[in-house]
Amino acid sequence: MFTFRLKRTVKLGIKSLWMHRLRSTLTTSGIIFGVSSVIAMLAIGEGASQHAQEQIARLGSCNIIIKTVEPPEEEQAGGRERVMHEYGLTYADAERFHNSIPNVEVVVPNRLLAQRAWYRNRKVAAEVIGTVPWFPDVSTVRLIQGRFLSSIDMHYKQSVCVLDENVVSELFAFDDALYQDIKIATDYYRVVGIVTQQAIVSDLQTFDNQAPAAPGQGGANVGNIYIPLTTIKDRFGEISIEFSGSSGAKIEKVELHEIIVKVGSIEEVLPTRDILETLLDRFHKQSDYQVVVPLELLRQAERTKMIFSIVLGSIAAISLLVGGIGIMNIMLATVSERTREIGIRRALGAKKRDIIVQFLSETLILTLAGGILGIILGSSIPYFVTYFGHMPTVITTSSLILAFGISAIVGITFGLYPAYRAANMDPIESLRHE
Amino acid sequence: MQQFNKTPEFKTDKPILVMKQLCKSYQLGTVQLQVLRNIDVTINSGEYVAIMGPSGSGKSTLLNMIGCLDHPTSGQYWLSGRNVFELNDDDLSLIRGAHIGFVFQSFNLIQQLNVVENIEVPMYYQGLSEHESAQRARKLAVMVGLGDRITHRPSELSGGEQQRVAIARALANEPLIILADEPTGNLDSESGSEILKILVDLHKQGKTLIVVTHDEGIATDAQRTIRLFDGRIKQNGER
Ligand SMILES: Nc1ncnc2c1ncn2[C@@H]1O[C@H](COP(=O)(O)OP(=O)(O)O)[C@@H](O)[C@H]1O
Ligand SMILES: [Mg+2]
Repeated sequence: MFTFRLKRTVKLGIKSLWMHRLRSTLTTSGIIFGVSSVIAMLAIGEGASQHAQEQIARLGSCNIIIKTVEPPEEEQAGGRERVMHEYGLTYADAERFHNSIPNVEVVVPNRLLAQRAWYRNRKVAAEVIGTVPWFPDVSTVRLIQGRFLSSIDMHYKQSVCVLDENVVSELFAFDDALYQDIKIATDYYRVVGIVTQQAIVSDLQTFDNQAPAAPGQGGANVGNIYIPLTTIKDRFGEISIEFSGSSGAKIEKVELHEIIVKVGSIEEVLPTRDILETLLDRFHKQSDYQVVVPLELLRQAERTKMIFSIVLGSIAAISLLVGGIGIMNIMLATVSERTREIGIRRALGAKKRDIIVQFLSETLILTLAGGILGIILGSSIPYFVTYFGHMPTVITTSSLILAFGISAIVGITFGLYPAYRAANMDPIESLRHE
Repeated sequence: MQQFNKTPEFKTDKPILVMKQLCKSYQLGTVQLQVLRNIDVTINSGEYVAIMGPSGSGKSTLLNMIGCLDHPTSGQYWLSGRNVFELNDDDLSLIRGAHIGFVFQSFNLIQQLNVVENIEVPMYYQGLSEHESAQRARKLAVMVGLGDRITHRPSELSGGEQQRVAIARALANEPLIILADEPTGNLDSESGSEILKILVDLHKQGKTLIVVTHDEGIATDAQRTIRLFDGRIKQNGER
């Protein structure tokens, strides 16, 4: 009985809408674009945030990263020219972190150098990371061939290196990379292992300026080359000289570029950060370090994502609202056009409720059809955005449900008034209507 | 809702509707327009009544009042023993759908529906099943001589054919009363008399038939003629 009524109502609605195909299509387009923009916007927002979260998660949620930064000029001790400028993290810092904070499980000191590496006539710009054998404990790198650096390598300052996949693919077109010798600066290093890491993230900054690159990741570099920390100190020293125009050379001494500290659990991250900062504050006269907590970045990214979604979502919702108003406009026109039909139906026994149901269902058919088409269109837009715009997008089921639900709500909200108007017309007046 | 008496009463002396001192007026600005003044009418079950009068005398208004489409300003109206004033909008809709069959001068078919679908409309609002209403609508279409036109739209039919569909639709729920407002007014004399024949046949089968007309011939046919003049009953009886 009920299904019959529903079937009849839907059939009648479609029939009436079909009589004005063009009008129905144009009306629905408002909803189609509204719904598809909701889905597309949410997909882009979700994509951007998942991307950022992945990046941050890669930094390790139990990690605290302390980076060396060049202190502001006025804080620099001594004169400006031709004086060696010494700053940054030291081995002593790393030692202190390890010895005086019980929560700290792993301490990884790193030196970073942007260098060119050669294999035969092939060349690649890479980030050379001087690190320790337990670096993999704080990183997401995964060994795919050979081995990582060992304590023997460390002890004997061996000329060995571990390459990441990107470097391998740049340097070795045909040869097997393992146990080949590559040249960095003036020395040769033997490849003892190859690691992999998910896609390099260079656009993290576009999402959040505060976010640093993953451990030992330089901006323009193709990939990373890991060599023992002792080796890098031995071969490259700790002093860098940079000639800057007329003012002469800038000489700097930096022991470590970053120290990555890992604690046992997420709850310990923030308390440990505080202890680290106090400790650093005591031993550093100038602010030549920066503490980065991936966990905090993650939370910040979540907040940013929420705001992002709200803004994009509201823009899309406004377009849906406009679509809804368009529908209401057309339904009001339809109702006044069909005044006579309403009068006839009332004379033949239709209750007010029947009239409401009839017109409301027409509106709902329009909006739900628009919703479905909008979902189809909206799901394909992110695909094109990813394909042509190289932006990550993620369509979530909840965004589809949300968009469809909104279109249904729009249908009911904007259909109710015209339907109500139709139902409350005086039957006699309606019948007299030409 | 109370069960409405649906069995047609064949005895002509039993009143199916009684109107007492019924008035209808419209307030047009400061002027009050009296359309119906103190109407006293009793119509018996199975009667055939013609309502006549000059244009604007209130014939349609009276007919709509009888059909529970229009609301009187004052007075009393009993339809089949029930006080119409006490009924709400839903009850009135139900009465119109179940017990009254309207036939209009301008046919008033729904343009987007075909013949059977138009006939089915009143059944739909009474909650008949799909199968039952389709079957019944087809039977009624055959009865009014449109058995081979059931899928045609109103725009594909002549005036006379459209009015037949309207009559079939009026009969959809086996009403007690058929109300026809100038049913032949828009038709040529030939199809007009065909339509009238169908209506008179229905009367002969026991339906109460009330026809608004300008045609003295119809009035002659009817058992009784009510003549309106300026909203008042000028004559109420056999010619
Ligand atoms: N809604 C209305 N407002 C004002 N006057 C109306 C309205 N409806 C009908 N009338 C008036 O009531 C009178 C009777 O109308 P009607 O019953 O249609 O007459 P008839 O059917 O006899 O030609 C007419 O004078 C008409 O102008
Ligand atoms: Mg009239």
